[in-house]
This record gives sequence, C-alpha cells and structure tokens, in this order.
Amino acid sequence: MATKTDSPGRAFRPRRFMLHAALVAGAFIMLYPLLWLASASVKPSTLIFSDPSLIPGEIRLQNYVEGWHGAANSFGVFFANSFLIATLAVIGNTLACSLVAYAFARLEFAFKKTLFALMLVTIMLPLHATLIPQYILFNGLGWINTILPIVVPKFLAVDAFFVFLMVQFIRGIPRELDEAAAIDGAGPIRIYVSIILPLLSPALVTTAVFSFLWTYEDFLTPLVYLTSIDNYTVPQGLRLFMASTGVSAWGPMLAMSLLSLVPLFVIFFLFQRRLIEGIATTGLKG
Amino acid sequence: MTAQDLDTLAAPGAAVRTPRRRGLLRNRHVVGYLFLSPWIVGFLCLTLGPILASLYLSMTSYDLFNAPQWLGLENYRKLFFDDERYLQSLSVTFRYVAMSVPLKLAFALGVAMLLNRGLAGLGFYRSIYYLPSLLGGSVAIAIMWRQIFSYDGVINRILEQFGIFGPSWISNPDYSLYTLVTLAVWQFGSPMVIFLAGLKQIPQDLYDAAAIDGAGPLHKFFFVTLPMLTPIIFFNFVMQLIGAFQAFTPSYIISNGTGGPADSTLFYTLYLYEQGFTNFRMGYASAIAWILVGIIASATAISFLSAKYWVHYGDED
Repeated sequence: MATKTDSPGRAFRPRRFMLHAALVAGAFIMLYPLLWLASASVKPSTLIFSDPSLIPGEIRLQNYVEGWHGAANSFGVFFANSFLIATLAVIGNTLACSLVAYAFARLEFAFKKTLFALMLVTIMLPLHATLIPQYILFNGLGWINTILPIVVPKFLAVDAFFVFLMVQFIRGIPRELDEAAAIDGAGPIRIYVSIILPLLSPALVTTAVFSFLWTYEDFLTPLVYLTSIDNYTVPQGLRLFMASTGVSAWGPMLAMSLLSLVPLFVIFFLFQRRLIEGIATTGLKG
Repeated sequence: MTAQDLDTLAAPGAAVRTPRRRGLLRNRHVVGYLFLSPWIVGFLCLTLGPILASLYLSMTSYDLFNAPQWLGLENYRKLFFDDERYLQSLSVTFRYVAMSVPLKLAFALGVAMLLNRGLAGLGFYRSIYYLPSLLGGSVAIAIMWRQIFSYDGVINRILEQFGIFGPSWISNPDYSLYTLVTLAVWQFGSPMVIFLAGLKQIPQDLYDAAAIDGAGPLHKFFFVTLPMLTPIIFFNFVMQLIGAFQAFTPSYIISNGTGGPADSTLFYTLYLYEQGFTNFRMGYASAIAWILVGIIASATAISFLSAKYWVHYGDED
C-alpha cells in the first residue's frame, strides 16, 4: 500500500520508524516463550520460576545430562526412533505421491475423473474418521507396537494433499518434453523417471520437508500404536516427564523439550524459503 | 541416453511405439493403474474400507476382543442424551473453535497488512512471525505453554510487575481453555503467510483509483483490501476451522491426558481417544468419530454456501 511515507529518500521517517518499533516488539513477544524455554533449560530447576530474567546467571548443562537419561530410557533411543519413522515417511510420501500424481496428471485411463474427485474428498476427511478401524486392522495384522502402522500408509499415498500438490506442479511442466521423449521411444516409466521426477524436485522438496515436520511432531499416531518404551518417539519421551511432577524434573524436562525442537529449527533455517513458498502458493498448513 | 534408447532410434520405423515393449505395458489403462496402485490400495484398505467399517462399528458395542454386538442407534442416543462428558467435550470444542479461529485470522490479517508496506526486512519479520506456527503442534511447545501459564509461571511473574496477581491459568477451570486458545492464536504464522501472498496480488491501480476518489486508509481497507481478499479469507477460514475441530496434542499435554481441570479442556478428539484407546469402547468411539465427520462436513458445507454472499472472485466482474 502506498502511503506518503513510502517516498524514497533517506530522510528520517517517523511513521516508518514507529512501524519497525512495533514489529520488533511484536517479534519479541512472539519469540519470548522460546527464549524463556532456552533460558530455563540451562538454569537449576529451583531457579526456573524464582528467577524471571531471560539471561541465566550461569549456563549449566546439568539439565541436559539428566534429561537425556531422565525419562526411563535414553533420549538417544527416542531420537533414533523418531528419525527412522520420519525418514521412512519422507521416502514413502515422495515416492508414492509422485507416482500417483504422474498418473493423474499425464496418463489416460478408465474412471480417471472419478478417482481424482475421490482423492480430493479424502483430503478433507478428518484423520479420526479412520483411526479406530485402522487400529483394528493393524491389530489384526499384528502390527501394534511396530512402526508399520505409521510408516506403511505413507507408501500408499494416504496423504492425498501431497498428491494434489504434485498434480498441480506436473500440469505446469510442458507436455512437449514428454512427447519428445516418447518419440525417442521412452515409455511412461522412463518419462516418469527421467523427465518428470527431475523437474518435479521443488514439489518433492516441499513434500519431503512437510512430511518430515508433520511426522516428527505427530503425537497421536505414536501414542496409539507404539506401546513399549523402547519404541517411543521423542514426543512420547517428553510425555514421560509429565508423569513425574516434582520440581526437580522441570529443568530436565524443559531441556529435552528444547532439544526436541532443534531438528525443527534446523529445517526452518535450511528450508525457510521453500516452507513459506509452499504455504503461500498451496495453502499447506504450517 | 541409454543403449536401449539408441537401439530404438537405430531401428527404422520404430520411432513412436517400440514393438518390443511387453504387451501389457502397451495398454494405457494397465499403465495408468500401475502408477496409481499405491493410492488404490491405500484408498481401499485405509480409507474407504475403514470408513464403512467405522459406520458399522458405530452401531455396535465392540471391545476388540469379543465379537461386535449390534446396538442400532443406541450409541448415538446415549451420546446426546446420557453422556454429560460427551456434551461437555462438544461444548469445549465449539467454544475453542469459536474463539481461536477468528482471533487467529484477525492477527494473521493484521500483521500481514503491517508487513505489506514495502518494509525493509520483510523476510526477517515474516520468518519470525511464522516460526511459532511451524513449531506449535509439537509436544515440547505444549509443555512449555503449561509451564508459562502455571501459577508461578512467567506470565504471572510479568503481571506481578504491574501489581496483578494472576491465578493458576492451567489449573483453574475458568481460564484453562483460554490458555489453549492463546496457544492457537500464537500460531497465526501460516495463515499470515497466505494473507501476505494474497495482499501482493491486489493490483495497485485499485488503490490509486480509490485515492483519486478521495478514499482514506479506512475506506481503502473496507472497499478495496477486504473485498479483494475474501477468497483468501474464505480459504484460511475453512482450513483453520477443519484444523481446530481436530486439535488434540495441546489439550492432551496441557491437561496431562485428562481433559481437566473439571473437564474444562476436554477436547472432542481427546474424549474420542479416551473412549477408544483407554476404555477400548471401539463402537462408541466410532460413533463419536462419525459425528465429528458430520460436524466438519456441515461446517465446511455451511461455509461454502455462505461464500456466495460474501466471497468476491475477481473474474465475476
């Protein structure tokens, strides 16, 4: 929006200055809980509440040491489980969704329109609608307390939103490329592998990043399916701290909470632009 | 290009279709369904089948170990007439949706408008404001929230500076739901990013034309920005609405799995989880799930029906 203060020049512009001041203050308020968490994680448990200052008097890593082993199992195990599940989810979603998206975007087959419409409907379907019968199914297969109920659906393109995202993207790839390859004798499989997949990489990255984030953060699915502590993911590990309510557990609990956010911060810094573009252009929920 | 490609090129007259390609793969239907197969299996086994099973189960009593007992509509009757905790979970969830969705959208739009003034450092601000919505769904954030709003938490420490002595926000049933609403509103980043993208699409000539007609900033907002943004507002509204009805993690963590104090944070999905996976009343929980599908479908349908009265698409004019 052009206002008078938008005029070029280096003169001091009070309105613009006020705007920056307000935005910086707002940013501070938004970040304050995270700063508090970071500061609390290096304070002794007894000082977390009595000392409200954000800058800790001394940096103690004791909470991290205690927290790492503090939840009846090492957080090394929880992180390993979480990363394994999230990595498999990334592979499953990128692979399965791109195959399916290619079919919907480029191939011709019977009932294509009906199936596409059905797929769109499943995007709107709440997860809870299928939770109970899926549990009964996986229980019958003997998959409870394994990662299969969490990971296998990703290889079956159940996250239909990503299929839709990729269909839209493939429609933007010029058909001449496929046709040229077809003239060279390439079949659909080769066109998918050597033309579509490389050009699809921006959408594949978006899918991979969001698959990782959502799977890593997910609490409900592991809570339902992973029952023994050796299979717990990081969110379940954090949950264990809450069972012990003493003041002494707060420091380690907050330290591990912050540590569990580190992979998310790393992804945020590496893929910031992709994340924001992904949300802005497709409306993916962040 | 691989050796096989060169082969094909070398063979005269074999350009478009390779005669040597195996028979089945020449059928376009077979090829299409081959690529589609992961989704077909997933759709049949993990979506369609379970939905139908859930509809049947919702009319039975089933505990996973004994065969389901047919009850007809008894589960549904019981939910609405004999289950106070269920009605409480409905009420909590509706209040949560009614407060968190409009507030979140208002913050998202407000901050997006501030950021859309060609400021230096836009990318920086946008990232900071977006960050909470990236982290917000995690258990760690819910744990942090619980500590911040506890009796001796940092919120009360700050209020003390102003001579206000706050209650324990988390363990007081009058306030506990508001802590969950604030947590949701704190995550206004992703609708904000979508609003920002929408604001950039509004043609500058509309504002120029409005300025010539003597419109002030308020007029520009109500007669240019807001109408032009209605498709985006609509999209954000529907997405946030669907998401808010399904919220689970914050309620579970902040109430330590109970929905307390006094069921004041008993979200719909938490009650569903409790019935299904703590009490193993799978039939009853399926009925709860079906009503949720109904609620979300009706809320979405009502939004779409209302859209023709307030959503303006640019190509209509």
